[in-house]
Amino acid sequence: MTTSTPNHPPARAPSRPWRLSLSDPRVAGLFWQVLVVAVAVAIVAWLWSNAVHNLSVRRISTGFAFLGREAGMPIADSWIDYSPKNTYLRAFIVGIVNTLRVAAIGIVLATVIGTLVGIARLSSNWLLARLAAVYVEVLRDLPLLLQLLFWYVLMQGLPAARQAWKPVEGVFLSNRGLILPSVPLYEANWWTILALVAGLITLHLIRRRLVAQQMLDGRARPAWPYALGLVVALPLLVSWLLGASWSIMLPELRGFNFVGGLTLAPEYFALLIALVTYTSAFIAEIVRSGIQAVPRGQSEAAKALGLKRGFVLQHIVLPQALRVIIPPMTSQYLNLTKNSSLAVAVGYQDIVSIANTTLNQTGQAIESIALIMMVFLTISLGISLFMNWYNARIALVER
Amino acid sequence: MSSVVHLPQDPLPIGPRPAPRALGGQFTAWLRANLFASIPSSIMTLLMLFVLGKAFIGLWQWGIANAIWTVSGNDTSACRALRGAGACWAVVPEKYRFILFGTYPFDEQWRPALAVVIFIALFAVSSRRSFWHKELFLLWAAALIVIGCLMWGGFLGLSFVTQDRWGGLPVTLILATFGLAFGFPLGIVVALGRRSKLPAIRSLCVLYVELIRGVPLISLLFMASVMFPLFMPDGVNIDKLLRAQIAFILYAGAYLAEVVRGGLQAVPRGQYEAADALGLSYWEKNALIVLPQAIRHVIPPLVNTFIAFFKDTSLVLIIGIFDLLTTAKTAIVDPAWQSFSVEVYVFVGVIYFVFCFAMSRYSRGLEAQRGTN
Repeated sequence: MTTSTPNHPPARAPSRPWRLSLSDPRVAGLFWQVLVVAVAVAIVAWLWSNAVHNLSVRRISTGFAFLGREAGMPIADSWIDYSPKNTYLRAFIVGIVNTLRVAAIGIVLATVIGTLVGIARLSSNWLLARLAAVYVEVLRDLPLLLQLLFWYVLMQGLPAARQAWKPVEGVFLSNRGLILPSVPLYEANWWTILALVAGLITLHLIRRRLVAQQMLDGRARPAWPYALGLVVALPLLVSWLLGASWSIMLPELRGFNFVGGLTLAPEYFALLIALVTYTSAFIAEIVRSGIQAVPRGQSEAAKALGLKRGFVLQHIVLPQALRVIIPPMTSQYLNLTKNSSLAVAVGYQDIVSIANTTLNQTGQAIESIALIMMVFLTISLGISLFMNWYNARIALVER
Repeated sequence: MSSVVHLPQDPLPIGPRPAPRALGGQFTAWLRANLFASIPSSIMTLLMLFVLGKAFIGLWQWGIANAIWTVSGNDTSACRALRGAGACWAVVPEKYRFILFGTYPFDEQWRPALAVVIFIALFAVSSRRSFWHKELFLLWAAALIVIGCLMWGGFLGLSFVTQDRWGGLPVTLILATFGLAFGFPLGIVVALGRRSKLPAIRSLCVLYVELIRGVPLISLLFMASVMFPLFMPDGVNIDKLLRAQIAFILYAGAYLAEVVRGGLQAVPRGQYEAADALGLSYWEKNALIVLPQAIRHVIPPLVNTFIAFFKDTSLVLIIGIFDLLTTAKTAIVDPAWQSFSVEVYVFVGVIYFVFCFAMSRYSRGLEAQRGTN
C-alpha cells in the first residue's frame, strides 16, 4: 500500500496532452528558447560571415599559424630568455609570465597590506584608525589608471642612476627602477630550498596527526621539536653537506647603470605599487567587515574562559571571520589579475601589451584577442577553483 | 503566634559612586583613551605624529609655500627653476579648459559645461528617495536627449560639432551614464534569464556573464576598437566613441546582472508563489512583485558598482578616446608644460574623487538607513 510508506514521493499529476498554444507553459518555454537561440545563432553567423569576407578582402589568413613566425618585437623586461628573433609563441609566453609575476606578487602584497590596514581601521588608537580610513577612502575613489600614471610619472621623476637614492646599503631607487641586493642561486641552494619545502610539508602533516591525537585524549603534544628538526636542522644540514654559499650580491653602479642585484624596472614597479595599494584598500574593507561580522560575544566568551588574546584571535575570531572574508577576497584577486592588464598604459609588456603589438604587426585581431581572453579565463578559473577549494575547507560544518 | 521572620522591606540602597574625576578635563581624558591608552599605543601615536608632521611639512612646502600659481603665457622658466621643490599650479589655469572639454570648439564650450551641470542635476534628483517614481524614467530620457542635442548642436543657431571633437569631463560622464542607463535594463533581463527555468536561455545568460566578467575590460575595449570593424559589413562605419559605448554597456550589463541576481535570490519564495497564485504572468510577476523588492535589497552594492564603473571609464585612454584622463595626459604633451604632470594628475584626481566620494557617501547613507529599519 502506498499510504504505509511515509517517504513515498507524491504521485505526479497526470501529464496533460500538449496543446499547440502559447498558453501551454511547456510549449511557450520551448518556443521562447528556440526563438532566443535562433536569434543568437543568426547574429553570430552574420558577424562571422562579415568577418570572413573582410579578412579575405584584407588578405589576412585566419588561424594560429602566425605564432610560428619571427616576432621581431623587443621585450625589455623578461624573466625567460627572449630575443626579437624568437617566435610570436615565445613572445606570448614571455607575456604570460610577466602577467603572472605581477599578479602573483601583487596578490600576496595586497593581502598582507590590506589585512594590516583593515585591522588598523578597527584599532582603538584614534589616529591609526583615522589614517587607515583616509588610506582606504582616497585609494578607492580614484581610478586605478590615474594612480598608475601618477606612480609612473613619480618613477620617471626620480634622480638618474648616478644620483640614485640609497635608503639602505645595497638598495637603490632611481629612474632605472628599484634595485635590490640578491642572493645568486646555484644548484646547492636549490636543493636546500627543496629540503626546506619538504620539511614544511612534513611538519604540517605531523602537526595534523598531533592535533588528531589531542582530540582523542585531550593531552597537548608540543610540535616544536619536530619544527626544529625539519625546518631548521634539515635545510642547514643539506646546505652544509652540499657546500651552498649564501653570500649576498650587492648591486653597484658601473658607468651609467647598475651591475648585479635584482632590478625591478620602473614600469613593473609602478604597476606593482598601483595594483597593490589600490587592491589593498578594497581588501582592508573586506577584512574589517569580516572581523566586525563576528559577534562580540564570541571574543568576550573566550576571554571569560581565560584564553589569551592571541589565542582568541587565532582560534575564535579569525576562523569565523574568514568565512565572511574569503568569497569577496576571491573576486578582489580576480580583479587584481584582470587589472594587471593596465600595464599596457605604462609600457610594461604583459600578455595584453604583447598581444596588442602582435595585432598591430600582423593584423591577426581575432586570434590575438582570443589569446588574451583564453589566458585570462584560464587564470580566473584557476584562482576561482583554488579559492572555492579553500572556502569549502574552512566553511562551517553544521551537524 | 507564627514565627514569621520579618525581613527588612527595603534595605537601604547604596547609590552608584560618582565616576572619578578625569585629570585635566575632558580633552586630556579623550587623549588618554584614544591616543595614549597603553605604552605600545603611545609609541605608535608618537611615531605616526612624527611621520605625518614630516609629510605635512614636505607637502606644504611643495604644494603651497614654494608653489607658483600663475605665469605669463607659456613662459614656464620660473617653474622649471624650482626643480621640483615646488608645484607649478600655473598649469591648471592654463590648461583647465582643454582638460575639462578637450578639443570642443573654444567659443562653444558653454554647451558641454551646461551638459555637465545637467548630468549632476540628474544624479542629484535620482538620489532622492522621494523622486523614485515612474516619472524619473521620463526625466532621464528627456535629460539624455537634451544633453545629446547640446553636444551635437546643428539647430537653433548652434553649430554642429562631431563626436571626435568631444572630450574631457562630458565624455567621461556620457560613457558612464549612458553605459548605466542601457546596461541596467540589460543587466535585469540577464539576471532574470540566469534564474530562468529554460535551460537554453539560462546557459546563454551564464555564458554572457562569465565571458565578460572573466576577461579584462581592456580586451573588450580592444575588441570594440579593432575587432568590431571586422565584424561589420562593408560600408558600415560606426564612430569610435559609440563603439566604446557599446563595449561599456555590455560590460556594465554583465556586472549589474550579478548584483541584481543577488537581490533576486533574497526575495522569499512565498512572494513568487503568491504572485503565481494571483495568476500574474511571468513579466507581471517580475515587474510588479519581485524586482521592486530585489532591487531595493541591492541598492548599496549597485551604487558601489556604479562607482567602479565610473572609474573604469578612464580605461578608454588606452584606445585613444578623449575622456577626462586622456585630455589630462594630452595637456602635458605640450613641451612647455611637460614636466608638470603630477600637478595635472592631482587636478583630475580631485574631480574623480569628488564624484566617487559623493557616491560612496551616498551608498553608506543608504546602508545606514537600511540598518535602522
